[in-house]
Amino acid sequence: MSMTAPIDAIEMVGAAPRARWVAVIIDFSRRRPLGAIGAVIVVLMLLVAVSATVISPYDPLAIDFSAMLAPPSAAHWLGTDAYGRDVLSRIIYGSRTALIVGFGAATVGASAGAVLGVGSAYFGGWIDLILQRVMDIFISFPLIILALAMVAILGNSLPNLIMAITIPMIPRCALVIRSSALSVREMPYVDAARAAGFSHTRIILRHMLPNVMAPYLIMLTAFLGQAILLEASLSFLGLGVQEPTAAWGLMLSGAAVEFAEVAPWMGFFPGLAISLAVFAFNLFGDSLRDALDPKLRTL
Amino acid sequence: MWLYILKRFLLMIPTLIGVAAIIFLLLRVIPGDVVEAKFMNGEAQGVSEQVMAEERAKLGLDKPVWRQFGMWGWRVLHLDLGTSMWTGGPITEEIKLRFALSLQVALMATVVATMLAIPLGVIAALKQDTWVDYAVRIFSIAGLAMPSFWLGILMILGFLIIFKWVPPMVYTPFWVDPWQNMVQLIWPALAVGYRYSAVATRMTRSSMLEVLREDYIRTARAKGLWLKLILVRHALKNAMLPVVTVIGLEFAFLLGGLVVTEQVFNLNGLGQLFVQAIARRDYTLTQALVLLVASVFIFVNFLMDIMYAWLDPRIRHN
Repeated sequence: MSMTAPIDAIEMVGAAPRARWVAVIIDFSRRRPLGAIGAVIVVLMLLVAVSATVISPYDPLAIDFSAMLAPPSAAHWLGTDAYGRDVLSRIIYGSRTALIVGFGAATVGASAGAVLGVGSAYFGGWIDLILQRVMDIFISFPLIILALAMVAILGNSLPNLIMAITIPMIPRCALVIRSSALSVREMPYVDAARAAGFSHTRIILRHMLPNVMAPYLIMLTAFLGQAILLEASLSFLGLGVQEPTAAWGLMLSGAAVEFAEVAPWMGFFPGLAISLAVFAFNLFGDSLRDALDPKLRTL
Repeated sequence: MWLYILKRFLLMIPTLIGVAAIIFLLLRVIPGDVVEAKFMNGEAQGVSEQVMAEERAKLGLDKPVWRQFGMWGWRVLHLDLGTSMWTGGPITEEIKLRFALSLQVALMATVVATMLAIPLGVIAALKQDTWVDYAVRIFSIAGLAMPSFWLGILMILGFLIIFKWVPPMVYTPFWVDPWQNMVQLIWPALAVGYRYSAVATRMTRSSMLEVLREDYIRTARAKGLWLKLILVRHALKNAMLPVVTVIGLEFAFLLGGLVVTEQVFNLNGLGQLFVQAIARRDYTLTQALVLLVASVFIFVNFLMDIMYAWLDPRIRHN
């Protein structure tokens, strides 16, 4: 962490004119090359997901019994699976599932957590005490166990899956945001807002939330990777995204292990995709954290 | 200090009750129940409503939820986890062997993680922003990114292709055949330990970086103390606290959270049991498992807080 980190942070958060944004990006990549690499991979992944229909060589659902378990070749770059479906196309389409679940769960989880955390810190007293206890209770469940229970309740359509992954993230975010919000609450401008007679909602949303943006963004990027991993785990167990939808975790389950010896590419490439995606988000998130708030290391 | 310990200890009680209540309610919100799960499967399909109602009465599922919770809570208070709704066997028996297995994997993974994390984290902090630091950081971020179940698949694939060998897939307890037991469990321990070490490495690095900037380190260096001595005596000792916390909490999660890795290595641990219990709507077993795992977590948390308070008197008085 260089001495200029705080300045860097101000530049990143403030609404800068366009030319300065470019300068900030260049500065960020020079100072944090690892973060820049992560960002580039994320952008590439987004492009792949958006243009999946154009760039994928085959229909990800097209079954081709004449090409079952075909090894990587010019026709099928990453080989085919037990139904003769093209692995590359399924990975490309799988990026949509991963990104939708990742962004969906991370955004909802971090936002709900932020509102709860700020609210808890703002009101204080018994509201804070009760919220804290409830958060403690939810944090005592291992992430995957809570997600599994939620999937069992909600079912495993894509929106429900996002919900199930969101629930265990909310208390984790709320705790971190709360501790930042506690110091914000003591700020004179919050007192001023109160003296001006603004409503609680307005003070929380307009005055406090913008000032916990740094930990919020950090939690958000950290959750992105975690959500993708969690979705992959659930799908691997057969409790997440269902066949024949293309999803990375699902591609690793069942046949990939069964045919490990004859068709190792089935077990290799989807896992590589998961790892690369999470790796990129973490790389970027890490550098963002260093830039925004070097002290926060609760992840 | 004793007052603090007592206060902190009492705080565990509402959390535990909360965990018990929440899992109890969650389970009852899941569509279907154990009786349905039993009769919808296989031979006994199309059993009359009356038989199902009788079965429910036998399991006590016909009583109001709050009474069921009260009765279960009362038994748990007497350290009686009851019987599984699916098999009818005592839950302690169902859990015993699996707990031993999960505990062993968790312990082994902790050893792997600690041995990797502390040296790597310290080196990265000492050589901050050099290629060594970057390499360690990439190694640990990769550890966080690779799903441990995929690492497991890769290991099995690698053994299969290179050595034409697969790790044993049938569990042998340590006291029966230690060698066979280790040969089987070392791989899941490594797969999980890598991810685990990544978390700990990152914590070691940032904690070391923070400590190295402290005044007393500068003083020690100015005194001309030998660098190695400063590191071990002053820096490492102070930097270890958050690291130990992370290791402790991760350990608690490993006990019950290895659901997917267990699947890959065909281990019948607590995680697999949990998935099975939920699928069968085996309320009593699921409740017992969650309570067990959460208690370990809550207890580790408690120990950590006590340790902090013991080391830092400011915490006790606040």
